[in-house]
Formats: sequence, C-alpha cells, structure tokens
Amino acid sequence: MSASAFLSRFDAARAVLPGDASLREAAAGVLRARGLPGPREEAWRYTRLRPLSEADYAMPVPGREVSLPASVAALDAPRLVFVDGTYRADLSVPPSKAVLRTGVPAMGPLARPESERLVALNTMLAADGAELSVAAGVDAGTVVLVSLGGEGVAFHPRHAVHLARGAKLTLIEICAGEGRYLHNPVTSITVEAGAILTHLRLQDEGIEAIHLSTIYADVAEGGTYDSFALTIGARLARMEVHARLGGTAAMAHLNAAQLLGGVQHADFTTVVTHDAPATQSRQTVKNVLTGRSHGVFQGKIEVSRIAQKTDGYQMNQALLLSPDAEINCKPQLEIYADDVKCSHGATVGALDADQYFYLRSRGVPAAEARAILVRAFLAEALDPIAHEAGRALLENAVAGWWERHPA
Amino acid sequence: MAVVAETLDTVNAATEGGYKWGFSTEIEMDLAPKGLNEDIIRLISSRKNEPEWLLEWRLKSYEAWLKMEEPDWAMLKHPPIDYQDLHYYAAPKKKAGPKSLDEVDPELLRTYEKLGIPLRERAILAGVEGAEDERPQVAMDAVFDSVSVATTFKSTLAKSGVIFCPISEAVQEHPELVRKYLGSVVPAGDNYFAALNSAVFTDGSFVFIPKGVRCPMELSTYFRINARNTGQFERTLIIAEDGAYVSYLEGCTAPQRDENQLHAAVVELVAFDDAQIKYSTVQNWYPGDAEGRGGIYNFVTKRAACRGARSKVSWTQVETGSAITWKYPSCILQGDDSVGEFYSVAVTTNFQQADTGTKMIHLGKRTKSTIVSKGISAGRSNNTYRGLVRIMPKADGARNFTQCDSLLIGDQCGAHTVPYIESRNPTAKLEHEATTSKIADDQLFYCRQRGLSEEDAVNLIVNGFCKEVLKELPMEFAVEAQKLLAVSLEGSVG
Repeated sequence: MSASAFLSRFDAARAVLPGDASLREAAAGVLRARGLPGPREEAWRYTRLRPLSEADYAMPVPGREVSLPASVAALDAPRLVFVDGTYRADLSVPPSKAVLRTGVPAMGPLARPESERLVALNTMLAADGAELSVAAGVDAGTVVLVSLGGEGVAFHPRHAVHLARGAKLTLIEICAGEGRYLHNPVTSITVEAGAILTHLRLQDEGIEAIHLSTIYADVAEGGTYDSFALTIGARLARMEVHARLGGTAAMAHLNAAQLLGGVQHADFTTVVTHDAPATQSRQTVKNVLTGRSHGVFQGKIEVSRIAQKTDGYQMNQALLLSPDAEINCKPQLEIYADDVKCSHGATVGALDADQYFYLRSRGVPAAEARAILVRAFLAEALDPIAHEAGRALLENAVAGWWERHPA
Repeated sequence: MAVVAETLDTVNAATEGGYKWGFSTEIEMDLAPKGLNEDIIRLISSRKNEPEWLLEWRLKSYEAWLKMEEPDWAMLKHPPIDYQDLHYYAAPKKKAGPKSLDEVDPELLRTYEKLGIPLRERAILAGVEGAEDERPQVAMDAVFDSVSVATTFKSTLAKSGVIFCPISEAVQEHPELVRKYLGSVVPAGDNYFAALNSAVFTDGSFVFIPKGVRCPMELSTYFRINARNTGQFERTLIIAEDGAYVSYLEGCTAPQRDENQLHAAVVELVAFDDAQIKYSTVQNWYPGDAEGRGGIYNFVTKRAACRGARSKVSWTQVETGSAITWKYPSCILQGDDSVGEFYSVAVTTNFQQADTGTKMIHLGKRTKSTIVSKGISAGRSNNTYRGLVRIMPKADGARNFTQCDSLLIGDQCGAHTVPYIESRNPTAKLEHEATTSKIADDQLFYCRQRGLSEEDAVNLIVNGFCKEVLKELPMEFAVEAQKLLAVSLEGSVG
C-alpha cells in the first residue's frame, strides 16, 4: 500500500478513530507531503518497503476467534493480549501492580511522527494500545504483551510504558500471527530516575507478515533500559529503537539476535543518544542468515557535548550459512564530547571450519554440530538475560528456528 | 586549561605562523573569464590544443554535470558553492612551452624553492644537500594552478620506458593511451565533482609503467593553487602494466586567502597482473584561519582498478589541510588475489571539516583489503571516517580488516565514524574495529613527568597514534608528515 492508499483508509475511518484528532491530522499531513520511506533515504538504504507497497490491507474487524499460542499460555504472568491491534479483555489477565489503560492509543510523550514516517502512519491510524504505568518504588514483576495478527489486515497499536522513580518491570513482548498482515506498533518508554525496565521481545510474526516497529525510550538519572529482541518471524521486518540517556549514569542495553532463512529480510536499527554525563550503552547484535535471507544492522551512537565520561560499546556479528544470504551493517559513531570511551566492532563470516570439524570428528551429526555452533555464537547475546522464563521462551524460539530452516 | 592570553598566542602561532605555505606569488597569469559554460570548455580544450574526441568527452561530461545535484550526504556544512564565480583556467603566461627549466619564469621557480620542492635536477644531482645525505632521487611534476610547469628526470625515466609527464602533454604524445584509460576507472558521470572535473580538468600527471618495469625512482607531483578565484581541477592517470611497480607521491599547498577556493581532482589508477601502485598523499591545502575564514574546498575522487590477478594498490594519505575535505580513495578489486590498502591520517583543527575514508569493492576471488584510519579532531573541527567494504557474491575467500580510531583533543570538536559493511559471500571474512577516545591522562602524565612539555607530549602521543599509517609513507614523506602533524596541532592543547 502506498501512503495515499493509507491516507484514503484514514479518510474513511477518521470519524470512528478514538483520541486526539489533531495529532492524527498532523501525521496525515507528514505522510501526504513525504510519503513512505524510500531507498534513496540514508536511513532506509538497506531496507526496501516493496512488499508493503505490493500488499493491500483492510482495516481489522474486532472480535474474531483466536487461540493463544502455547508459549504464551505457558507464561505464568499477567498478560495483555491484542488481536489485530485491539485489546482483548477476554484473553487478558491484567497486572495487579501496574496501572493499565486500554481502549485508546497511548500516544506517549516521545514519538516523532514528523521525522519517522512509519510513526506518522501509526499516529494517523492507531486505534488502541496499552498504557502501562508503574508507581514509584514498586516492583511490578513481569507483564506479557502479546500481539496476534490475522490475514489481510493492517494494524498500528500505540503503547506507552512509564516507570516512575525506582520502579521495576519486566516486559515480555511476543508478536505472532498467521497470514499476510502488517503490524506497525509504536511504543514510548519513559524510565525515571533509578527505575529498571527489562524488555524482552520475541518477533515471531507469520512468515508472510510485515513487522515494522518503533520504540522510543528515555532513561533518566541512574535508570536502566535493558532490552533484548529476537527476530525469527515475518517476511519483512524492521525494529527501530531510539534510546536517549538523558540523566547522569543512565544505561541502555540494546541487544538483539536475528535468525533468518528463506527470503526473509530483517533490519535492526538503533540510535542511542548519550545526552548526560557518565552514561553507558551496550549493544550486542547477532545475525544468523541462511537461504536467501537478508540481515541488516544499523546502529548509531550519538554523544552530545555534555555527555562526558560516556561509555558506548557496540558489537555486530553475522554468520552467513548459505551462499545467497546477505548482510549489511552500518555501525555509526557521532561524537561531540572528548572524554569518552566509544567503540564498535563488526565481524562477518561463515561457521569456523575447525570448530565444525572438531564436533564432526567426535561423532556429532552435521545438523547438530551446526546448531551447537550457532547456539554458541548467540551465547553472548542470550546468556546475559537474567529473567528465567523469558530466557526459556527465547531459547525455545531459537531451537524451533532449526526445525523451520534445517541445514 | 592554561591562561587565556597564552592560549590565544599559541592559537595565533598555529594559524598565522603555522601555515608557512600561505604566501602568494605575483605572476603574470593567463586567466579565462569567470564562469562555466560550453565556451569555457571549448576554450580550455583549444588552449591545450586537444583532439576532437577529448573535447566531445568534456562536453558530454559537462552535460551530465548539469543534470546532477551536488551530494549532501557527507557530514559537511558549507555555504553553497557558486560555480559561475570561478576562473576555470589559470596559467602562468609564457611565450612558448619551456624547453628547459631555464626558460621557466624565475618567480615560479622561487615559489617552488620556497615550498622546499627542488625542481632543478642538477641541484639534486650535485648533492647540494650534502654528500652523506644520500637522498633517493625523486622525479617531480609541478602543477601551478591549471598547468604543469616542469617535470624533472624525464629522460632518465624514458630510458626504462616509463612515461611521466603532464597529462596535457600525454594527450599530444600518447593519445592512444590516454584515450584508452581516461575515464575507465572514474567514468565522466560518476559523481558530481568527477563530472565537473571531467568537463574542465586542466592538467595533472600521467604515468605509464610498461610491462615488467620497476620504476627506478619515486615519482612526485606538487600541486599549487596560486591565483585568486580559481578552481583547480587536476586529473591524474597512472597505469601499471603486468608486473610493473611504481611509487607515486603527491603534495599540495595554496596561499592564505579569505575566500574559499575549490579543488576538485580526479585520480585514476589501473593495475594489471602482478602490478603494484603505491600512492601517497600529503594534503596540505590552506585550511582557513582560526575563525574558519577561507581555505580550500577539497572534493576529490580517487579510485584504483586492480584489474589484474595479484595486483596491488595502496593508498596512504596524510590530510592536514583544506577547510573541507571530501575524499574516498577506493579500490575495485577485480583480479583474483588482488590487494587493496588504505592508510589514512586525517587531522582537523579550528573550523576544518573532513569527511574521508575509502571504498573496497571485492569482486575477485581471495581478494584482500586492509583499512587503517586515524582521525584526530581538535578545536571546533569535525572529522568523519566514512568507508564501505562490499563483498560481491563471486569473491570467494575475500578478506577485509578495518580499523578506525579517532582521537579528540578538546571538547568543542566532533569525531564520527560511518562504516558500511556489506557481504554477499559466506566464505568471506570481515573484521571491523573502531574506537574513539581522548589522549589518556596517564600517557600525558608519564611524558610530562619525564620533562616533556605538554605540547611535545601531545605530539609524541599523536605520532604514536598515527604510527601504523606513517610507517607506510616513503621515508622523506614520513618526516614531512610528522612535522606537519606537529604544526597542525600546535596550540590546540591547553
């Protein structure tokens, strides 16, 4: 769908969309003027939205029958279930230690629809979302946020998560579904002083689906935004994270793994802005690519003039398991303060032949040897996940990936 | 931070006293009228007595340029360039082409003497520098504004079959070679500045090393922009046939002026089977003053085609000059087992901006590339490394190693790194490392404790930081480069 097709959907639905109409009109103006992102734009150099322009999506009809995936049902925690972008109280278990509001898009304070066009698209068409707040000093435990998509629809949920001073929350986000659909969520995350948000994401959308998500996170003094995202689903995916470390000693971890096969294309794009002294960021991003898949990593660390004593680290590694797989990465540093320690590294290669030979010579079957080596390759990103149930969920997803893409 | 007055003094010393190449020479010039149009191109072509095909090529390039837009992706800010406010041709007036150096305007020779560039072979041969100083012989081509004024050691080189002459002369004497290779690596419409250069280039060096010949001495070109309101558009073409070897050096300076001057050069290198080209640059165009006034806008396209198996091209550059540097010396590694190298030191101070790096395109099997880039930012400058490593599907066993380190001196400057890493072959192996830091306090303390002044300590540390690159330079150049680093950074520590 082109921007104008989305705009005409908006014209038809304008009257029934809830929330602030002026925000939507402004976002529509951005799309009207500039359209969807194209390949000539630097930020979209490696990711083409062609599958999106070729598709045609309807507005979702609420209330359809769905069953929760077993992995979701197995998690013993409060859960918020969205089907085709609409909150479903019948499938959800609301949290007791966090305040939840649904029914209207949670616009949040951080999104920039004027610069990110997909965020403009979301702002224009968002119909629902979760607004989750944790009060000062409260440990809200774990909350699971589930999105299930279905055939032929586009949905643009808008979430906001707010952790007040010293609060704690683990948010496990699972995206799944079946058929051709577009999931275009935007989440605004504010972490106040000393608060800690752990954000574990599993993107396991249907293999024909398109997943385009944008997260804005703002971390105040001494706060932590600790995230890990695993991408295994979707035909075309882009996860964009804009994290700003706005208070002294704020910290962000943006770790990710992308496991791709077939004709999948996935893009993990991050911008970390160090905007206060002594802030720290860590990014470990791993790509495992087989078939004709295409992995993209774009990571930018910006250090502003006042952010002295910044410590920024970024590591991007890719394993190419087939002759037709492709990786593109662009790790970027933009530094305006002098007393900093920033580094990035990137490596691209195949499985180590010696290691593979070692395992084979000890009788490990070929497929298993590869699986062991890939798991070891992912260890650096997966192992630091302290949340046990969350890690088990991600480990299972990694194990399941092999069944989809046998060597 | 030292006393303000003292800092000011050192800054003054660094800018006014520091750029010792800032003088200008009063020479009677033959200037084309300002502006760019087909007539100017025809004028340049006729002044150079060029064949019809070259004029056609220029006009086609001009047509392409008109349709192109100035690139804006680099991290550079400058007011729009008025391409109509430039002289596209400036040459020292002379009656006929000089037959020997004695016929060259003495004022010009003095200019080169002031620059420390020996144009007189006899002076070098006589060993004026002292008998114990066994300096290797260097053949020199000196380009003054739009024309080449002198080329030394031509006959010595000719004995071994090496052609080293101004490209305008090559057009007359070796038209078949020029026609075959000109634009074969950087096509006329490659990019905005290359298209402009193709339309209006005035001179530059031409080097041809025939099969199996190892060039008996280092070749060097010295570029000098002198006239006011001129652009310099030189074009260099180097061809190394099978098994040939050449080391080529390039140096550049310009007078100190308030307005910005444009320099848009194109350099093309072609290396065949087993050939090796070593290309070293010390770029020291006038960088502008402490307030950011004046300085050269340096938009350069440099590219090497490693066409033959086992061919090798290495680019080494020390970039200390120019208000703006936009430069990405690249290697297209076509031949199997060909090797590309890029070693760079880029220093920016005051209001200088540099966006520089390389491209390594791996096409052939087992091709190898090494990139070592050291960026040093001081004052209010911005220094960006921008590099691309691309592995194409057929480049089995390709290998790349990239290291880019940035050093920040002072809290008003910026250091940026923008690498692009693209692989489409699972047997290729790529490694990339980048770091950004300031001069470590403990290193500084160690040196100060041993009685070095702060400035000397910083020089020592910076030289150490750049050592990996400086050691790639031919010896004489390395010494000059080290001095240049020291001069560039003078006054930026306080």
